Amino acid sequence: MYLDLAEHLASPSPVDSVCITSAFSHTDFHQFCPSTGRIYQCKNTCKALVDNSCRPKTRTALPKHGLFMLGRLVQVSKNYRSVIRACMEDMHQAAVSARDPALHSQYSTQVSILSAMELIWNLCEILFVEAAVAGPLLLRLLDWVRLHVCDVDNMVREVLSSENPSKHELFWNLGNTQTLTEMELKWQHWHEECQRYLQDGTFASNSHMESICKILLGDENAILEKKELMTTWYHFLVTRLLYSHPTVKPMELRFYAQSSMDLFLGGESSPEPLDTILMAAFEFEMHQVIKECSIALSNWWFVAHLTDLLDHCKLLQSHNLYFGSNMREFLLLEYASGLFSHYSLWQLGVDYFDHCPEYGRVYLELHIERIPLNTEQKALKVLRICEQRQMHEQVRSICKIMAMKALRNNRLGSALSWSIRAKDAAFATLISDRFLKDYCEKGCFSDLDLIDNLGPSMLLSDRLTFLGKYREFHRLYGEKRFSEAAKLLLMLMTAHIAPCSFWMTLLTDALPLLEQKEVIFSAEQTYELMRCLEDLTAGKSDKQKFQDDDVETMKVEMLRLALARNLARVIVKEGTLEGS
Amino acid sequence: MASPAPPGHAHCPASLSLLARRRRAAAANQQRRRQAGGRSRREVVVVAAARAMEDVCAKFVSQKVSKARWRPLPAAALQPPDIFATGSWDNEDNRISIWSVGDLGSVGLNGEYQGEPQLLCDIRHSGDVMDMQFLDQERVVVASSTGNVTIFRHHQNNQTLSTNQRWEKAHYHVDRSASCGGAACTGVICNNPEVVTVGEDGRINLLRADQKDAVRTIDNADSSTLHAVTFLRTTEILTVNSIGQLKIWDLRQQRNEPSQIFSLTGDRVPLHCVDRHPNQQHIVATGGQDGMLSIWDIRQGTMPVSLLNAHEAEMWEVHFHPSNPDHLFTCSEDGSLWHWDTSTSVAEKPSFLHQGGRSTTYFSHNTINQSLVSAWLSNDPTKDRMEITNLIPNQTLSVNSLDILGPCLVYGTDAEAIYVNRHLFA
Repeated sequence: MYLDLAEHLASPSPVDSVCITSAFSHTDFHQFCPSTGRIYQCKNTCKALVDNSCRPKTRTALPKHGLFMLGRLVQVSKNYRSVIRACMEDMHQAAVSARDPALHSQYSTQVSILSAMELIWNLCEILFVEAAVAGPLLLRLLDWVRLHVCDVDNMVREVLSSENPSKHELFWNLGNTQTLTEMELKWQHWHEECQRYLQDGTFASNSHMESICKILLGDENAILEKKELMTTWYHFLVTRLLYSHPTVKPMELRFYAQSSMDLFLGGESSPEPLDTILMAAFEFEMHQVIKECSIALSNWWFVAHLTDLLDHCKLLQSHNLYFGSNMREFLLLEYASGLFSHYSLWQLGVDYFDHCPEYGRVYLELHIERIPLNTEQKALKVLRICEQRQMHEQVRSICKIMAMKALRNNRLGSALSWSIRAKDAAFATLISDRFLKDYCEKGCFSDLDLIDNLGPSMLLSDRLTFLGKYREFHRLYGEKRFSEAAKLLLMLMTAHIAPCSFWMTLLTDALPLLEQKEVIFSAEQTYELMRCLEDLTAGKSDKQKFQDDDVETMKVEMLRLALARNLARVIVKEGTLEGS
Repeated sequence: MASPAPPGHAHCPASLSLLARRRRAAAANQQRRRQAGGRSRREVVVVAAARAMEDVCAKFVSQKVSKARWRPLPAAALQPPDIFATGSWDNEDNRISIWSVGDLGSVGLNGEYQGEPQLLCDIRHSGDVMDMQFLDQERVVVASSTGNVTIFRHHQNNQTLSTNQRWEKAHYHVDRSASCGGAACTGVICNNPEVVTVGEDGRINLLRADQKDAVRTIDNADSSTLHAVTFLRTTEILTVNSIGQLKIWDLRQQRNEPSQIFSLTGDRVPLHCVDRHPNQQHIVATGGQDGMLSIWDIRQGTMPVSLLNAHEAEMWEVHFHPSNPDHLFTCSEDGSLWHWDTSTSVAEKPSFLHQGGRSTTYFSHNTINQSLVSAWLSNDPTKDRMEITNLIPNQTLSVNSLDILGPCLVYGTDAEAIYVNRHLFA
């Protein structure tokens, strides 16, 4: 059974792409309409129901014991149904106010689909969730039928109950306070009384009354005669049970259900998808119900939430599907994946993945990177989701994407702020190189407000540190604090903070300091500078020296000259005694 | 930093507001303080419990709400505000909507409970609504993620919205004419008829409501993204950016440089929102990406005066209460909305103003100005008492925006809902 279910779910739907519905916010409904068999796509805006009633209930810590838990689950189920009803209402409003007839018919179809969904859910609630609740099953089934088949029912009810209203009320009121067996005894007594009336011919004069009496006795044929008043076979089923087996037990339902359907349809029409689903429910075949619903409604919302609820009721055996996860998780994963293809419902999808213990995280990791990030604010929200779940890989990758975008748009500050967020040293190096390149080309720094205010983030990467310090050098020079500037410059080279490619620039920057009237570099420092220069020139191969143009060689010559001159001056200065 | 206590029963009444403990700055800092005139950095441990807001009306609107703003009241108005606008984001079809909230307790035409906001009209908006501000009673300026800035007019007679003015691609990257060149406009502030916008392109635009061309544009005003803008004085604006800087721009000057730059100490955490104290213009509050609330005194120094650690995620908006500025409101990505209340501060208030509890709403401006040092800047921990309350009992998704006017609070969330409380100080 699971093989073909899985197959079906995995195969692409005949209708294009999006087979999601939502938690009933803006939706693209792809629905297989039971009555006409055509597939509709309809955009609508139902009331947004992004609240807890639409989410799997694993989030709240449900207490484990019995009745209280059951009560909570029943409440949850009722919440789901009220969600569906609210949507139905909205859809109905939309249908009524729609002027375009095509739109009107679409909306009306949606209403009928939602109504079918509520019908199925309600039955599942009665049969599965409330199963442990004491009290007559039939009463609840009666309510169920009344709720969903209301208009025609009125007439029938009137006919049926007009003759013996008091008897009925009394009977059922008593039923609430007494046990099932006591009620059965009472009913038996009443039934025999009715039978006696029929046999005695009390109602022989009035054929109407006679048929009513037959109905009251649960005579199938009599009830069937009124077939046109009952729109559906399950209405027939409940009516029949009401008069022949009011104390029916859940497990006995299946026999009556099957025969009711056969009798009612009478071989004229084949059962529709809705009928098959309801039949599966009456037969307590939960997996069958889910399977049929999955096929009939390409609406993952319904099966995902219903399965989750049933799982909480501990009714679904943990059947492992052949690819490893259980039914509930599989359906939730499918549903949530669908949410991620929606432009705004991806935030909900995150929550669903959180509640899938086995594969949720993996799915989330894959999906979250594919959310289109058109604004920085959206990227920040996605990042926050990743960080809260310690998904560091995804944080890095998203920040890198945003940083690259910023870099392409020449927003160096933004790019840097993304690298800082991801603590991405490599990217910070890239950005710093960009800055330095700009400086080399233009001769001045762009975005001084950024470089001057790097703060502790300077330490993120060596290159960034160099950039900050280099800028500081320029500032010191501008403020005429030459000796500090000189010390800094030297430190940049000797501590190997500066990249080798930049040494020439740094040495050239040292030139004006060497040319100053007063001596700035000490002997020690001058030796260091000379060593740096020699390291630099020695590092070049002969070929490179040959390729060096005149400017390069001239620069080196000038530097050598300036260094030599400075050395001479400083030796003299340091050798001279002070004050003499 | 503790998270709010679980709410328990839905009608749990009392709010548990606790003292905010402030750790004193180290002795070295104290030294600096004496020299620099009163700056200190404080870590505030905020412990607050959620208080159930019985007066809140919630409405689900089927779209993620990015901005909510009260329509301003006419100068002589006595009644509380009853109309607000919202903007949505992340939809294929985003909308600007105008809502009305009637009086609680009365029943509307269709029998619905009239505390709930009713939609008056809405209009399609291209791109996410990034920021929104009412220009006057009828017009609202909206900043879009496409880089457009639009003014919508609300026609009260037939309850419709129409486009009044639009600046296409007011914010763009590199090449304006390129089809995908638009950059999100992240902040807008207005002072009729002037409008100032900032965006992800680091650009500042000065616009006039009646002019199609920008009055002035400062290109590359910032190398990073400008997240928010507000007026400091009529000719000066404040901007915050994504490398933790607060900048003052003097619009009278022609040079394209900020007149002053302030920075966060420590990590350059991006700043997302800014607001200025309504009466004391040197007090500025900003909110950061790490949820930190910073209070700045822009007369002195380049660092914040206080750093208050509250939210667990980005703080999206910060607002001083316009008529009662001892109250501050912040909302955050972590789904909480904090109410910061320094009005119980013992310092410097004449005793007749101690009304006990929260029974009064309004203090006159004069009495506020009488206090020599605003409670926001106060450095003395013995006198510091700040009540901080989380107004949302069940946090789910992000609270993107809030607005406060008089006794009315409105806020919108990513959970596709708007919430209104018209009796905030009751």
